[in-house]
Amino acid sequence: MTAGGRNRVSRSRREARAGLAFIAPALALIAVFFVIPVVAGFLLAATDFDIYAVGDPATTRFVGLGNFATLLHDPVFWKALGNTFYFVLVGGPLSVAVSLGAALLVNARLVRCKGLFRTVYFAPVVTTMVAVAVVWRYLYHPRFGLLNQLLALAGLGPVNWLGDPRWAMPAVILMAVWKNFGYNMIIFVAGLQSVPATIYEAARVDGAGPWQQFRRLTLPALRPMLVFVGVITMVGYFQLFTEPYVMTNGGGPLNATLSIVMYMYKQGFRWWNIGFGAAVALVLFLIILVGTLVQLRLQKGRE
Amino acid sequence: MAAGDRPTHRLATPSIGCRWGALAAGALAGALLAACGDEAARKTKLQFWALGREGEVVQKLIPAFEAANPGVHVEVQQIPWTAAHEKLLTAFAGRSTPDLAQLGNTWIPELVALGALEPLGGRLAKSRVNPRDFFPGIWATNEIDGEPYGVPWYVDTRVLFYRSDLLARAGVKRPPRSWEEWRNGMRSVKALPGGEHYAILLPTDEWAQPVVLALQAGADLLRDGGRHADFKEARFRTAFEFYVSLFAERLAPPLGNAQVANLYQQFADGYFAMVITGPWNLGEFRRRLPADRQGDWAVAPLPAVTETDYPGVSLAGGSSLVVFGASPHKDAAFRLVEFLTDARQQARFYTLTGDLPARAAAWDDPALAGDPKLQAFRTQLEHVRPMPKVPEWERIATAIAEAAERVILGNQTEDRSLDQLQIEVDRMLDKRRFLLDRKSGGGGR
Repeated sequence: MTAGGRNRVSRSRREARAGLAFIAPALALIAVFFVIPVVAGFLLAATDFDIYAVGDPATTRFVGLGNFATLLHDPVFWKALGNTFYFVLVGGPLSVAVSLGAALLVNARLVRCKGLFRTVYFAPVVTTMVAVAVVWRYLYHPRFGLLNQLLALAGLGPVNWLGDPRWAMPAVILMAVWKNFGYNMIIFVAGLQSVPATIYEAARVDGAGPWQQFRRLTLPALRPMLVFVGVITMVGYFQLFTEPYVMTNGGGPLNATLSIVMYMYKQGFRWWNIGFGAAVALVLFLIILVGTLVQLRLQKGRE
Repeated sequence: MAAGDRPTHRLATPSIGCRWGALAAGALAGALLAACGDEAARKTKLQFWALGREGEVVQKLIPAFEAANPGVHVEVQQIPWTAAHEKLLTAFAGRSTPDLAQLGNTWIPELVALGALEPLGGRLAKSRVNPRDFFPGIWATNEIDGEPYGVPWYVDTRVLFYRSDLLARAGVKRPPRSWEEWRNGMRSVKALPGGEHYAILLPTDEWAQPVVLALQAGADLLRDGGRHADFKEARFRTAFEFYVSLFAERLAPPLGNAQVANLYQQFADGYFAMVITGPWNLGEFRRRLPADRQGDWAVAPLPAVTETDYPGVSLAGGSSLVVFGASPHKDAAFRLVEFLTDARQQARFYTLTGDLPARAAAWDDPALAGDPKLQAFRTQLEHVRPMPKVPEWERIATAIAEAAERVILGNQTEDRSLDQLQIEVDRMLDKRRFLLDRKSGGGGR
């Protein structure tokens, strides 16, 4: 009995050792490419490592939480934070709503050529951002742009879309939603197709109108997709970078489209304030962590 | 500046170990190559990084150099401008800098602060390259504390491109010589009948224009050897107020570069009648403006604050050739620098690229002397001023453009915007102050 027990213990220990040996390569990779950079990032955030330190590491100063204090007193940081939340809170729900609308449209029974529309709506997702930006810059052009010509037909004055600090963010949101809605649309279409048509038939027999069918049948059926799409869209939108990078020359006019990631990029890679940039990255990490925890809590509440 | 507190820009020197390491690596590579016994492999191999289009064209000049220096083989690596700055810094951090490279001359202070560049004073003293043959303002951009670290290759500055027909129609008889004359001329152009149009295009996200005006007004931008910002004094303020007033009077449209979809078409349409831009646009304007507009544009040096100072100063831009401190073939690298900056090669380089020669003598070549539009550049090049030679310069320049944008687009008062600029730039210079003070303190001990 005791001998057998010891045997089991030593055997399980052997197995554990073998298991450890098997996962050791993966662990080593994670340590080298994930743990060390993250720890280095934490350490860097406590220093003023910059262009001078690249030349001579001895010029690095330990500043403790100084980078965070500077950050909190920098109006540009707060501006970037505000812009990011503006983009997430307005652009995110708008994007989900447009995707849902498009999914309902291409899935409607009366629509012909469903495959064609699905492809057309999905096309922007797989188009290169830089090419899209060139086209949209023309659409937004204050003098020759299509959008302003349409406004003129409606008797409205021209809008300096990308040059006016009040309009630049709405313009970026509009483009981002157009660029991205196709992906979520496909997920919603898949969800819609899994709802059996017989339920709708039964509902119609019971006298439910189109709105009631949507509220009582379609939305509950799509709930898992809504949660997934919501989290993915939020995380993606918090990392706003490419749109201002190619559309507004990195966050202009007047920092109206400067996002947190763009702010971090400029500090770290354009000005080589690597320590300060690492501090910004930590703050972004905390924000996304809190956002994800809130979403998960909401999800649990629903279950 | 007192003679006693001459700031030392060479703030960091590479450790001896890294230098020996590089030498050892070079020697080892040399030994290995020699061991092959191959004729070609025994040659000195020079790594030359050149940027953008110049990197492509310079390869045509190399065969003549190799013919004159049979023991040397040059490998040109072409690097796009947008990636060059980062690549140079990472190459330095990874100890893989080339033997020589082309650099934007505003990057020199930064690389000197890193200790990446070889001082060239000693070699120049024995060389046929004479600093006095170059435009003085351009040569100055290559000197840090009197020590040259680069030799100018081609130059770049900003002048006034204008629609001569529109100015004539508005009653402006000659290109403006003073700010007052300039402003009055712009008002006349703006008052011309026709649809929405402006007198001048000044992209709000470009720093060159406000910085040029500040240099013209005599502002130093930084004080105490680049230890502190200096944006609250009267000269900078005069220039800043002049610049933003052009937008307030609607003489210039409040547009950034991204929104000027086609500069050439809008210039041809008369949407604006003047623009401050550089030599690359000479070729572009000739290529892209319609044929019936070719007689309607001209180029002039920039106006000055008062007519007596005409022409006003402009930027001392351009590219220089530098030799890296870690190179094992510094002498051969310097020979290539001498070759490329020679007057004959400079004129040839101009016909290949359109880049303006840094050596004044090359301008007497018929290809350049016969072009009246180029002569405006030549006059301007005699009146250029280098920008503050601190590693933080690009960042400071961007902050200046942003300060002007805050007033132009954001309705901030000039006082508040300049206060903010002063604080921002002082903060950027914090590390520099610390290093300079430590250095001078350490020297006393």
